[in-house]
Parts: sequence; C-alpha cells; structure tokens
Amino acid sequence: MPLTTGVNEDSGVAPVGGTWNLSPIEWPMSPSEVSSLSHQIEDGDAGRVLALAGRLDADSTGAVWTDLARAVETAPGSIVIHAEKVDYCDGFGAGLLLDLQRRALAKGRALRIEGLQPAFQEMVGAFDPEHYKTLDIGRGAQTSAVTSIGQAATDVVKDLRGFVTFIGELALALIWAVRNPRSVRWKDAIRTAEVAGADALPVVVLVGFLIGFVMAFQSAIPMREYGADVFVASLVGLAMVRELGPIMTAVALAGRSGAAFAAELGTMKVNEEISALTTMGLSPARFLIVPRVIAAVLMTPILTIFANAAGIAGGYIVFISLGHPTVLFQEQLRLYIDMNDLMGGLIKAFVFGMIVAGVGCMRGLQTTTGASAVGRSTTSAVVSSIVIVSLTDGLFSVIYFFLDF
Amino acid sequence: MASHEDTIIQVRNFTAAYGDSVVIDDISFDVHRGEIFVILGGSGCGKSTLLKHMIGLYEPKTGSIAFGGDDIVTARGDKRVEILRRFGVMYQLGALFGSMTLLENVRLPLEEYTDLPPDAMDLIATTKLDLVGLREFAGHMPAEISGGMQKRAAIARAMALDPGILFLDEPSAGLDPITSAELDDLIKRLSRSLQITFVIVTHELPSIYAIANRVIMLDKRVKKIVADGDPNDLRENSDNPWVRQFFNRQAEEHSKP
Repeated sequence: MPLTTGVNEDSGVAPVGGTWNLSPIEWPMSPSEVSSLSHQIEDGDAGRVLALAGRLDADSTGAVWTDLARAVETAPGSIVIHAEKVDYCDGFGAGLLLDLQRRALAKGRALRIEGLQPAFQEMVGAFDPEHYKTLDIGRGAQTSAVTSIGQAATDVVKDLRGFVTFIGELALALIWAVRNPRSVRWKDAIRTAEVAGADALPVVVLVGFLIGFVMAFQSAIPMREYGADVFVASLVGLAMVRELGPIMTAVALAGRSGAAFAAELGTMKVNEEISALTTMGLSPARFLIVPRVIAAVLMTPILTIFANAAGIAGGYIVFISLGHPTVLFQEQLRLYIDMNDLMGGLIKAFVFGMIVAGVGCMRGLQTTTGASAVGRSTTSAVVSSIVIVSLTDGLFSVIYFFLDF
Repeated sequence: MASHEDTIIQVRNFTAAYGDSVVIDDISFDVHRGEIFVILGGSGCGKSTLLKHMIGLYEPKTGSIAFGGDDIVTARGDKRVEILRRFGVMYQLGALFGSMTLLENVRLPLEEYTDLPPDAMDLIATTKLDLVGLREFAGHMPAEISGGMQKRAAIARAMALDPGILFLDEPSAGLDPITSAELDDLIKRLSRSLQITFVIVTHELPSIYAIANRVIMLDKRVKKIVADGDPNDLRENSDNPWVRQFFNRQAEEHSKP
C-alpha cells in the first residue's frame, strides 16, 4: 500500500551517502515543482518505511511534518527512515527526526534512521528523544476556579493594604512639606502645575461647555412641555457646580495627568532611578510625590471653576436660544445656587485632585519590571482613580446631606 | 581556522556617517563561512554602527554589504526579508519581548515564517532553548531570569530559523567572568556543531582570545580598519603600535597624565 505524497525538484539527485537498499522507489519528480522535500511511506516486511529526499529545512518540513508524524504513530510495527537522499538538514530537520523518534518511543515502536550523512547525524544526535518524550513547554499549571478566586481576593486585600500604607506615607510626606516648605521642590511643583493645570484647560473647558450645553438642550425639550424650561438655568448651574464640574475635571485629570504620573514614575522605577533616589537617602515620596500632589491639589479646584463656568455658559446659550432673557438666567442662578454649593464642589475638587495625583504616583511606584509593566500601571492608575473618585463622590453626598450643606 | 574560500558576507567601500560626520570611511572586508569574526575597537570607533549597518538597520552613506551576492542595502520587499532571514541578531541587552515567555519568544519567528504544526513549533523552540541550556526555563518570563540567561535566550531566539550567520552585539557586556566564559563556550560549540558564522562586536579581550579566529580593528582617528587577522598573532606581530597597545591593554600615551 504505497502512500505517495510530496513532490520535489532535488529528489532526482543521486543518493548522497550510503547505498539505496530499498526496493526502487519512483520519486515523483518535476523540475517545475518548488517544494524541495519529498517523502514516501510504504509498508514492507521490515515494517513501515519512510523515505525522505531533498532538503530538511524551515521551508520544507512544515508541509510533511503532520503526515510523517501520523505515519509513525499509525505504524503497525517497527519503522525505518531512509535518509540517504537527504542532502541538507538543519535544526528543523533535526527537530522533525527528533519528533518522529519521540512519537515512536511513546508508542513503543522501534525506529531506525538509516543513511543520514554523518554531519547531519551529529545534529540529530544532539537531542535525546528520551528527554523529549513529554514536551513540557512550561505554560504554567492550570489553576482551578477556586484558586483563581482566592488569588484575586488576596490581591484585592494586598492592594488595599498597599493603598492604606501609601495614604500614610503620603500624609507623612505632606505634613513634612507643611513643616519644611523651603525643602519642597517648588520648581517641580510649578512645572507639574503647568502641565497638569494650564495645559489641561482647553480640554476641561471644552468638555465642560459641551456637558452644560447638551444637558440644557436635552432637558429643555421635555421641561418645555410643562412650561418649566426656565429651570434649565438652575438645573445646569446646580449640576455643574455641585457634581459634574468636579467629577468631570477629576476624570480629565486622571486621564491626562494621573496616567502621566504613573508612566513617568513607572519608567523611573524600571530604570532604577527610584532605587538611586532611595540609596541617596532621598525619600521618593517627598522628592517625587509631594510636588505632584501639591500641583494637582492646587490646580484641580481652579480647573473646576473653569469647567463650571464653561458648563454654565453652555447652558446659557441654550437658555437664550429658547427665547428667555439673560436677566432671567442670572436670577435663576442667584435663587438656586449659593456659596455653599460652590464651596462644596470645590472642596470635592480639592480632594479629587489629591486622589488622582496620589493614585497615579502610587501605581507608578508599584510598577514591576518589563515593558508591559508601565502600561499596566498606567491603566490601573486611571481605573483606580476613577473608581475611587466615584466612591468618594458618593461619600461626599452622604456627608453633605447630614451636614445640610 | 575555517576555510577562507567561502565568502559569506562581502563589505565593499563602506562609509558610514551620521549627518556630515563620517564615522567609518571607505572600508572593505569579507567574512568567511564558519568564522568567528570579531569587530573590535576603542569606544566610539563605530563598531556598533558597523554592526547596525550590516544587519540592515541603517543605510550606509556609500558602499555595499552583500550576503552571498545579495546586497542588503539595495534590497527591498520580499528580497530584503529573504536576506534578513539568513541571519539572527542578539542585541546588547537581549531585547527579549518582556510580555512573552522564553518559549514564546523563540517561537515567534517560527509562527511568522514557517508553516509547521503548533506542536512542531513548540518542539523546535524547545530544542533551541536546549542548545543554550535553558530548556528548564521555557515557561519563564524574561524578567524572571538573570542577565546572562537573557542573553543566552536571545541567542536561542536569534537561532530560531536556523540562520547561517549570527550577529552578537557585546555578548559579554555586563556579565561576570564565569558567565561570560560560559557564553564563549556556547558560541564555540554552536560554531563547531552547527557551522554557524558569528560576527561579534566586543572589546572584552579575554573573550576575544578565547573565541575569535579573526578580528578586524577599527580606529576612530583614521576611521578605517587598522588591523585584520588572528588576535594572538596581532598582539605579537602587528606593525601598528596602537594595535599592540590595545591587545596588551596598555593605556594610550597621550591619555596618561
């Protein structure tokens, strides 16, 4: 039962080494064929015979690998590989022959390679099929769902513990900064304030404006049905000043500066710059985190004021386009928004700024090694910031409710 | 020493420059099959520049760099890829992909350039790691192994497609003498058993004496090759005093206080 597959150009060359002691095999040849390896599988008295001819290399072995592996695994008895006509064999050929050997070994079949040139033999002999009986490619043991859940829970607890430690360190560093204002690196703080504050102004104003505009527009349509569209002014004003201004500014800050802090500190960690600071006796918290937190804490309320103003301006445009006079808009704002609302929002912004800068720096310092580690830190800086800002916002709502603020 | 009939890389009238500043000025040399060929020279002489041009990362100002007659400088598209496949490169810091295990690092070129079945790729990649003695670490991430092991893994990755030539950029830099000697042994073994041609940039003298069968030496003052031959021979017999000085590790006269 001759199974003939594979066609080649080189197989017509005379056997290179040894004698061709098989019953004559008719190699299907055609000069136009580009494949450079051919094989024939035949069952004879001596067992299954695999005859190879041509080049055993990266380009040729892929096409025949599966066929040959199957031929070895389904062999009824012993297997002989005739390799006299193999005129080139590199690591891929050695890999193929090794694979066939280990498959035969696994099936308990004897496998003999005959006629392989001594130079190639050495390469094939470099790997012991016994050692490759099982291919442990070390992808790590599969963990059960229970283990994964436990691992995740432990990670959350560890993360929380790290967070508490970091809050403590940050608090100490800030107390130190208040006591030693001359030692604070104000130059860094001002530079960061410029990048995190002034440079963020266009995006914060744009987003604030659009939120105010869209909110006013969307609410004006149903409110108009009840003749309540004058309240659009107070709706936009209150929502911006108390909630959306600070939250939106914090989210923009997290995306711009929190991520930047994490990436910057993470890269410093990977480059051992943090270690260098530590061994110089300088505290990374004082040296790197304090200026960033101060900058963010001072800038966030200012950005929030701009966001509030832009949002209210957006609402105002919708308001006057509904045909109401400007004075009515002013009156609505005066009636419904007082200083407490404004201050409540700015206090939140102050805290949010601290959270975003602190979390960004913390994630940066938690960076492990490798190129992907900085990416992970940056992602988790933004995600953690937004989650913590949202939770804190909820907490503020409760506190303000009880304080009647 | 390897036979010298067989030229595998041919560099002709090669000039490298960064902008207007010429680093290497009109040099020509051949690398022969099976050689362990070392590019040597003081700091800033253009060793790494030459290597980066040879592997096609930079384009020379003038000249050609031919692999078996095919010029990498002018080759484009598929032809260029075909030339690039003939050699592997180990970068100074290993340049392993940090997000992949060692096995995945070695497997990557196999996935891209061969049509092997997946388990065959695993087997081939494992044999490459076996050759550099890292089979047990196949599932480790690069960050989890030492610097010397990273370099060995980088050699395994460079060998993934069985290239005839391996370029190594400062293989011993940052390694302790024992690890460095192990790496030298590995290079010699691969050269002997797989007949791989090595082109190595280094200035580690012990390593050069141990492995090189030919060195060329660049001098930044003349921007040319000032020595070409067997390192032991050059140390004793070079007619260039600076070359003898270099091999004998003497400080240069004008650099002394």
